Amino acid sequence: MMVVLMKNNLILFDEKGRRSDGRRWNELRPVNMVVGVLERADGSAIVETGRTKVLAAVYGPKEMYPKHLAMPDRAILRVAYRMASFSVEERKKPHPSRREIELSKVIKEALEPAIILEDFPRTVIDVYILVLQADGGTRVASINAASLALADAGIPMRGLVTAIAVGRLGNQIIVDLNDLEDKYGDADMPIAYIPATGEITLFQMDGTMPPAMFDKCLEVAIETLNKIHEFQKEALKSKYIITKKKMN
Amino acid sequence: MISEIRKEILSNIEKEMIINRLTKGEREDGRGLFDFRNINIIPAPVEKAEGSAFVNLGKTKVLVGIKVSPASPFPDTPNEGIFVINTEFSPVASPLFELGPPSEYAIEVARIVDRIIRSSEMIKLEELAIIPGELVWMINIDVYAIDDNGNLIDASLIGALAALYVGYLPRVEIIDADRKKIEIIKEEKRPIPLKDMPVSFTFAKIKDILLLDPTRVEENIMDARLTLAINNNGEICSVQKGEGGGFKLEDILLAKDIALKKANDIRKIVNDQLVKKPRGEEAWNEIRGLSYGSNKKS
Repeated sequence: MMVVLMKNNLILFDEKGRRSDGRRWNELRPVNMVVGVLERADGSAIVETGRTKVLAAVYGPKEMYPKHLAMPDRAILRVAYRMASFSVEERKKPHPSRREIELSKVIKEALEPAIILEDFPRTVIDVYILVLQADGGTRVASINAASLALADAGIPMRGLVTAIAVGRLGNQIIVDLNDLEDKYGDADMPIAYIPATGEITLFQMDGTMPPAMFDKCLEVAIETLNKIHEFQKEALKSKYIITKKKMN
Repeated sequence: MISEIRKEILSNIEKEMIINRLTKGEREDGRGLFDFRNINIIPAPVEKAEGSAFVNLGKTKVLVGIKVSPASPFPDTPNEGIFVINTEFSPVASPLFELGPPSEYAIEVARIVDRIIRSSEMIKLEELAIIPGELVWMINIDVYAIDDNGNLIDASLIGALAALYVGYLPRVEIIDADRKKIEIIKEEKRPIPLKDMPVSFTFAKIKDILLLDPTRVEENIMDARLTLAINNNGEICSVQKGEGGGFKLEDILLAKDIALKKANDIRKIVNDQLVKKPRGEEAWNEIRGLSYGSNKKS
């Protein structure tokens, strides 16, 4: 028996098991990933999950300035996560907020374990992320986009980094939270994972989660991440299929 | 602080080759000296914005978004709305752009676009009052460079025009005028009151050659830059000369003649694209499609 979940007069989960946007509990929003979208950047990708749209650009490995910040034994990864001023309901002032700075840091740390940084001592790899429209799940879309852009730039990696948010509405687990579910849900748990190595590289949660659901959430997340990993691989490959078509 | 637009250094042989070809009237992309690149506008892709446009000028891409909010008017214009143009030239668009506060170049572009829109009186600011003297609409126009392949000035203006044309203001219910209490009804929209469509033409001078709509490579070797804007009445409504070099009088007069001659054509191209193109979620199909088309040089 499903329970209808209402918050602020919004039906988040109805008796038919549908969410506010009509999805089932484990259903993803439509995903679109395109690699190599920018001419100037060394690598780039756009990732869309429903109305959330994120663009990532990668430069490097290149010389590090100022030089004293360079590491003698590996490359440094820098990540900047920024939201376009019009990507949210209320205009966001362009200077970086505390949230953007924290997200830049955790995204960097989610990507770092996947990149073979030791191959490029004394250099820097820059990742710039721009959220064009935000509707929940921008940090996980950013990780998916950044990891594709890094691969597009030809940077050696142990594997792609794949990310998703899972969460809780009452006693119901949900996958790929939209903005409403993020705001009014009971828990939001973004996770990034490198399928090739089995490492979880981003792990955050807000809200509350009973221990049994915590385990189940992780299990559901890994299942979904393997699916998204396939989308990413397809997006990467299709760039080269199109290129090949052009040549013939 | 960077004093001018940062340029990439081209080898002398490459530079000479480009100049030699230009003297014969040939450009790297096959255009004539006074041809504009293709303009492709995708109106209103960003549903969270009250107006938006994705613009391709050749391979240069910008995304412009508008947010509107109630604000206190300026004391000298108590019954007029406010608009602010801001440019974000982040490293997403070019390796020469840096994080941090806007560069002098980004601010110059924002000021040029602002001046063109202001001089042409494009936005009917007097129709933006909510409670006259107390509360007016503030229109924030934010220009994000997505891919810089030259001439961000004209691309930014086209983006701002397009975003304004497809933009809207929500209906306002005044609850208590004395206490400035209002209710915004997002579902009921009216177009942003506009009356003109100015267009701009940016020229570059390389040695003694004048050309329109410079690409990134041409910007790299240009000596001077000139932007002329033309309003609906065929008047010149803004001018900006840029970069270290200079223009001869005849260059300026030639540029003015070309701008006047082409103004209506460009205005028609912009207008045509605003009416027929897809919007909202559908617009992203087109943005995605374009991305594929512009895959690396391969």
